Amino acid sequence: MRYAYYPGCSLESVATEYDESARAVCERLGIELWELADWSCCGASSGHCTNLKLSHALPGRNLALAEEQGLDTVAPCPACFLRLKHTRHAVREDAAVREEVERLIAMPYEGRFDARNLVDVIINDAGIEEIRRNVVRSLEGLKVVSYYGCFLVRPPDIVQFDDAENPQSLDLIMEAIGATPLDWSSKVDCCGGSLSLTRRDIVVRLVGDIAAAARDVGAEAMVTACPLCQSNLESRQGKGPLPVFYFTELMGLAFGIPEVRSWFHRHLVSPVALLTSHGLL
Amino acid sequence: MQTIETRHPDFAREVRERSGTALDRCYQCLTCSLGCPVAPDMDYMPNQVIRMVQLGLKDQVLSSGTIWLCATCETCVARCPNDVDVLRVMDTLREMALEQGAPTPQPQIPIFHRTSLESIKLWGRQHELSMILLLKLRSRDLFSDLLMGVKMILKGKLKIVPERIKGLKEITAIFQRVQE
Repeated sequence: MRYAYYPGCSLESVATEYDESARAVCERLGIELWELADWSCCGASSGHCTNLKLSHALPGRNLALAEEQGLDTVAPCPACFLRLKHTRHAVREDAAVREEVERLIAMPYEGRFDARNLVDVIINDAGIEEIRRNVVRSLEGLKVVSYYGCFLVRPPDIVQFDDAENPQSLDLIMEAIGATPLDWSSKVDCCGGSLSLTRRDIVVRLVGDIAAAARDVGAEAMVTACPLCQSNLESRQGKGPLPVFYFTELMGLAFGIPEVRSWFHRHLVSPVALLTSHGLL
Repeated sequence: MQTIETRHPDFAREVRERSGTALDRCYQCLTCSLGCPVAPDMDYMPNQVIRMVQLGLKDQVLSSGTIWLCATCETCVARCPNDVDVLRVMDTLREMALEQGAPTPQPQIPIFHRTSLESIKLWGRQHELSMILLLKLRSRDLFSDLLMGVKMILKGKLKIVPERIKGLKEITAIFQRVQE
């Protein structure tokens, strides 16, 4: 299991704990991540919002670099994942788009290799059994809700992953590491991440609704695979916020990876008290 | 009141061609607007925007707040029973609004996109800290989130010094070619 790893800009800044936990967990699971040399930004979301050509050229350069290596790309950030996926789809569907993308990036690109999200690779390529086998400390008693957000599962024709309205992958992973994933209604609601810097009022409302839905079912924390959601949910919740974990951080905790503390210390909402109360730290 | 003279009969065709979306298939079932997280804040609902495009109401559409408030969450795309790619239509309308210099009630959002793309052009990757500072200057919004920003810097969540990628020339060339 070898992949071209495309961290994306957020994993170098707001989400270094996601990057580190993803690499550590993949190593345990026998997933080889080869960081794509000299990768560049995929343009999410300003590229596709304002310029169609740019929306394919920026992801296209990275996909072409991975194609040179003969590898599928794996992107931990769902926003990056969807941009890569959209461009690969457009290039494969339409020869004119392919020609245009190749001209814009001045590289050959046929769309031979897939772009995958990290949840997909972990649950479908490594598998639930392999996850279970690596658990040294079951996260028993920890009640969480899995928050998928937008781009892991939408649009279904493009992402071709899980279910668009009631996805299960993160819940199954949480179950495999001993945590209790609760059923809830806001799994795929949008947190308004793209408006976080421009319309805080809207984002505070959306995040407030999501957090209230999580509390309603008795969740102690939320779990996500998206750096934009994680940062948005932690920073815009208001008073008495629930901690928000990357799914790979909780996997790392269950796998007994020693660096977990340094990941948790980077959170804006500290999860340390919660984990200590469960005897997990 | 909108009179027939101020309509642009070619507008619907242009949007259809540029977005590659058969927006004439919309039968106004409102599914897009019912699932839209930002609908309460929009001046026109997504289904209304589609109808307005069909009617050629170019000026109202391109200067609406809706096209910029759309959070690009893909919910409407996933749920549309007639495969109308509403988001691709919104992307197209945003691009057209910028080309025409259409006025907007949400100026800070296109400023955000411009600032974000400039960062990519300059470094090859997004450098959040300088991007946010520039955005704050440009949108004259210096003081919001100040404490959070400090906290994020202390937590190491915002890289102070940006790094250029080695292939920056390739990125510069891409930006040049898309402008041609």
